[in-house]
Amino acid sequence: MRSRRARIGLTVLILVYLWTFLSPLVAAWDWSAKDLSAFLEPPGGSHWWGTTQTGEDVYAQSMRGLQRSLSTGLLAGPLATVIAAVVGSLAGYFGGWTDRILMWGTDLLLVVPAFVLVAIASPALNGGSFLWLVLVMAGLVWMITARVVRSMARELRERPFVQAARYTGMGPLSIIYRHVLPNTASILIIDATISMASVVLLESALSYFGFGVQSPDVSLGTLIRDGTRTLAYPWLFLPPSLLLIGAVLVVNYTGDGLRDALDPGSERARRVTGS
Amino acid sequence: MTNLVEIEDLKVHFPIRRGLFVDRVVGHVYAVDGVDLSIRRGETYGLVGESGCGKSTLGRGLLRLTEPTGGRMVFDGTDLATLKGEDLRRMRRRMQMVFQDPLSSLDPRQSVESILVEGIRVHGLDKGVDLGKTLRDLLTSVGLPHGSLRKYPHEFSGGQRQRIGIARALAVRPDLIVADEPVSALDVSVQAQVINLLEDLQGEFGLTYLVIAHDLAVVRHIADRVGVMYLGGIVEEAPAHELYTDPLHPYTRALLSAVPVPDPVVEDRRERILLTGDLPSPAAPPAGCRFHTRCPWKQATRCDTERPRLRAVESGHKVACHYAEQIRSGELRPHSVEPELVPELVLDP
Repeated sequence: MRSRRARIGLTVLILVYLWTFLSPLVAAWDWSAKDLSAFLEPPGGSHWWGTTQTGEDVYAQSMRGLQRSLSTGLLAGPLATVIAAVVGSLAGYFGGWTDRILMWGTDLLLVVPAFVLVAIASPALNGGSFLWLVLVMAGLVWMITARVVRSMARELRERPFVQAARYTGMGPLSIIYRHVLPNTASILIIDATISMASVVLLESALSYFGFGVQSPDVSLGTLIRDGTRTLAYPWLFLPPSLLLIGAVLVVNYTGDGLRDALDPGSERARRVTGS
Repeated sequence: MTNLVEIEDLKVHFPIRRGLFVDRVVGHVYAVDGVDLSIRRGETYGLVGESGCGKSTLGRGLLRLTEPTGGRMVFDGTDLATLKGEDLRRMRRRMQMVFQDPLSSLDPRQSVESILVEGIRVHGLDKGVDLGKTLRDLLTSVGLPHGSLRKYPHEFSGGQRQRIGIARALAVRPDLIVADEPVSALDVSVQAQVINLLEDLQGEFGLTYLVIAHDLAVVRHIADRVGVMYLGGIVEEAPAHELYTDPLHPYTRALLSAVPVPDPVVEDRRERILLTGDLPSPAAPPAGCRFHTRCPWKQATRCDTERPRLRAVESGHKVACHYAEQIRSGELRPHSVEPELVPELVLDP
């Protein structure tokens, strides 16, 4: 990784994510435990970030919520990119009816409001596993990237090296795999991080409105929702809110760094080719 | 010597489509329109002509990179037009292409090794051979260091990239190589090296070349026989030295008279034929002889009504001109030509 920003961002992200797993070993309270001797206690003592109305430890719950949100992002972001890469490259490379049908589907998902879709599907998914949520998230954020990949694939299809490969007798799928996708790789890697950030936000928003993670499990979204019922106790909503903002910023920071490192138009790349 | 390639009446027409809601074909671009051509085994056939005359389309049509509209193409006894799927793929191993722009024809994300291995794998030539040795031999043949295998195209100079492109074509042990402007993207100093390399490889591997170029000097150096194309058809074909010393077709004469002579005395005195007018649109080629709108030898009869066929004037020297003999003997003199306005193509009925 040649970009300093990407390196810093990725390191912070990994460390924080690891910490959400290690934290229960260190912290005094479990996220699901209720301390019946301490309701709505402000930060301090053995409850580092205070407690909720029902005596739950805010710190432990925030860590659990962050872990949930990041897991969704880390799985659904790349998954969305994979869907986008497959759909976009097939549509762009083959053109014709393949293109039309795939793009109809893509545009349909783009114009149907994602939120409404999930809200409708939510009862069916209720009680469904965490993986279902990941799949739904991924299914909601891949479309724009797919269109970008499609236009790149269309352009790559006419490039002499792709024609040379076709002429050699390679099959279309191996041309896509060996020539088209590698040449869209920088976009895809950047996109994976950006989708990750949007998935984290989307998941929180859905959970906030009660469509995402279901109780008793928590995510940053449900914590913010529960914490903001009354604004009198800032330690209830500030930690999860700040963690959410921080997580999205770090992921975006990493994405920016990756773009600088991989995008041929960015400054570093210009320096290298210019020399 | 037998013919490796025989092309009869090859036509490649591109439809011009119009229409907002419905695709309508409103005309055709006659990029290649009735070309007869044969290439002997082991020779180098040079194809020259100005941009847009259809020479690249002819090469691509022969390889079926662009599907021909009509005509017959026979490669080593097999009719190419009838081949499909696997048979076509196998045949394509024997006919390789070297592209004009060496950078864009190499995948920037692929190392030289995987560029070369790709074709070998696809055609199953890697079975039972020492792949490493094959690759090293290939690199030696095209004059690249063995260390190149792990490098990427952007790490090479233009000439070296073209060598990689040539090595890629050679990797599958072809019989025919179609080189479309193989050196026009290179510096003049490097052009000669690449041309010499192509000649060396021809001897080493017994290759047959179809070299497409607009540079008369390049073709003169490398080709055994030369065909001159104008607006989708071959107007003259002759052994290279004969074409340059004794051009018969008016277009060839004009083309050659535009090449400067490196002798100031001769350069001052020699007669130059300046063509007037523009190249007619290949979507609406002139009736009769395609060249009659610009020909300084144009006659009142036949030229604008009857399309001349390519006919042998001497053995091996063919020309598509009704009056080639009279022009050669000096019986007909060139006259000035009023530049004819190229008619705007009217596509809507």
